[in-house]
Amino acid sequence: MALRWQTKEKAVEIIVRSVGLTSVIILLLIGFFLFKEAFYIFYKEGAAKVIFGSQWYPTSDPPSFGMFPLIMGTVAVTFLTAVMAIPLGLATAVYIAEVAHHRVKEFLKPLIEMLASFPSVVLGFFGMVVIAPILSNRLSPVLSEKLPELLKGTNIPFISTTLADFCYDKLFIASGLNITTAALMLTIRAIPVIASIAEDALTAVPRTYREASYSLGADKWETIWKVVIPSAVSGLSVAVILGIGTIIGETMIVLMVAGGAAVVPHWMFDPARPMPAAIAAEMAEAPYRSLHYHALFGIGAILFFITFILSLISDFVSKKYRAVRIGGKA
Amino acid sequence: MVDDGNIFEIKDFSIYYGDFMAVKNVRIDVRAGRITAIIGPSGCGKSTLLRSLNRMNDLIISSRVEGQVLFQGVDIYHRDTDVIELRRRVGMVFQKPNPFPSSVYENVAYGPKIRGIRKKSQLDEIVENALVRADLWKEVKDKLNESGLSLSGGQMQRLCIARSLAQEPEVLLFDEPTSALDPISTANIENLLQELQKTVTIIIVTHNMQQAARISNYTAFMYLGEMIEFGDTDTIFVNPYNKLTEEYITGRFG
Repeated sequence: MALRWQTKEKAVEIIVRSVGLTSVIILLLIGFFLFKEAFYIFYKEGAAKVIFGSQWYPTSDPPSFGMFPLIMGTVAVTFLTAVMAIPLGLATAVYIAEVAHHRVKEFLKPLIEMLASFPSVVLGFFGMVVIAPILSNRLSPVLSEKLPELLKGTNIPFISTTLADFCYDKLFIASGLNITTAALMLTIRAIPVIASIAEDALTAVPRTYREASYSLGADKWETIWKVVIPSAVSGLSVAVILGIGTIIGETMIVLMVAGGAAVVPHWMFDPARPMPAAIAAEMAEAPYRSLHYHALFGIGAILFFITFILSLISDFVSKKYRAVRIGGKA
Repeated sequence: MVDDGNIFEIKDFSIYYGDFMAVKNVRIDVRAGRITAIIGPSGCGKSTLLRSLNRMNDLIISSRVEGQVLFQGVDIYHRDTDVIELRRRVGMVFQKPNPFPSSVYENVAYGPKIRGIRKKSQLDEIVENALVRADLWKEVKDKLNESGLSLSGGQMQRLCIARSLAQEPEVLLFDEPTSALDPISTANIENLLQELQKTVTIIIVTHNMQQAARISNYTAFMYLGEMIEFGDTDTIFVNPYNKLTEEYITGRFG
């Protein structure tokens, strides 16, 4: 009997271990494959030339594989999105965790988590057929024609001249498919990620901290600002970092609405071709083992490297946080 | 010495959680400048009653009260009561030491800062004063910038007391302040309470009957939400009027 019990235990252990190890090994192999395929382009063309080159003409003769416009496309879209998504996501988290009535909270929290799993192709499609036309057909005439006219009519120095010209030049939206539209859609994609993790971080702040604050005569906002948020700052940072990671890796939205031009964007209404969009758009037509094929793997390797660094940072921040709390109690 | 009148007059006061009546028609007067202990078995409503005195039970959504609590003659459950001001004047120290995860200095300066005191020299003075009164200054004066969570359990609890004292309260409510502490830290806190009694009115909820007998002037015994007996600590412990009180004190239940 005893032997059978031990055999069964052993069998379970072997099965669980092999399943777990299999997934880890597959992931490692994919990583290995990625870097193996990526290595050739950096070796052949030179890493600096590839990363900082400003010409992405992979199908010209001779081809040119400067990834800088793609990298800057990702940077620009990520920056614009972060500016909108971080404040909105954190504010949503504070609302759900601290302000909302508990019945509203019970409804909102799962809703936000469901939004996080909203198919990004639908967001991309929505941006393409709804937001982009609004930007170019409705918003652009107002901002670049009506607004300058109005400003010119004021006859106030600077406003009627410089500012009016600026609106005329810069607020003209040639195409609705640009980095701002992409950033708007990515914001919708990133808010649930940030809000959900940040809400967990805020809710994890011990009730005793809040009680202490209230018992000293602090009101609700003072308690939130000066006690709850500072106590949750590591968790909030992790939420922001993982949110940025989601934005950088998001493919479908940028492929559909960022405009696709492989040039460095200089203004918020310029189009761009962020890195994931380039891979998704071009991989199918790049001949197997051609330089173009290796270049796309090169982009993938850079992307992987960036998100890897981000998750390392978030891991470090959350570990540090845990160490402080446990060490403090001893 | 605080003036020797009644600082709290609790009149036919009941507290409900939803339909559950946690405190039933309690009426007692709390003398200023004394230590009043509230004892009773778990779930008898003693912590609930204590928390109602600076309206900390407001934070529990389903709670509501009936009757009156007069603090220096003013009903604290009146619509116009400034709860913020009430909590500044009636401070609270909790069962588990709960310093903020910030420095010793910031912990004590938290109250004065939200009260609007910005001047560094003034804050320094308040912090030192509060830590001296809480008998913690000597131990922490060289580590004011270290985390409050790095202190020992007893020191943390005294830090929480200092944090409350920095608000210059007239009353301090203690909710089983030593139940998470070792005997030596407990003795330190008890000595501290007797010292503080000279300047602050103290109301303490305790599970530990010896503690009530050792430090309090008055004792209230509660059972199932009702105030069974209230009077001089000596009378309650030596010659209780009620049979139930006697049985609890002699350890026959609880």
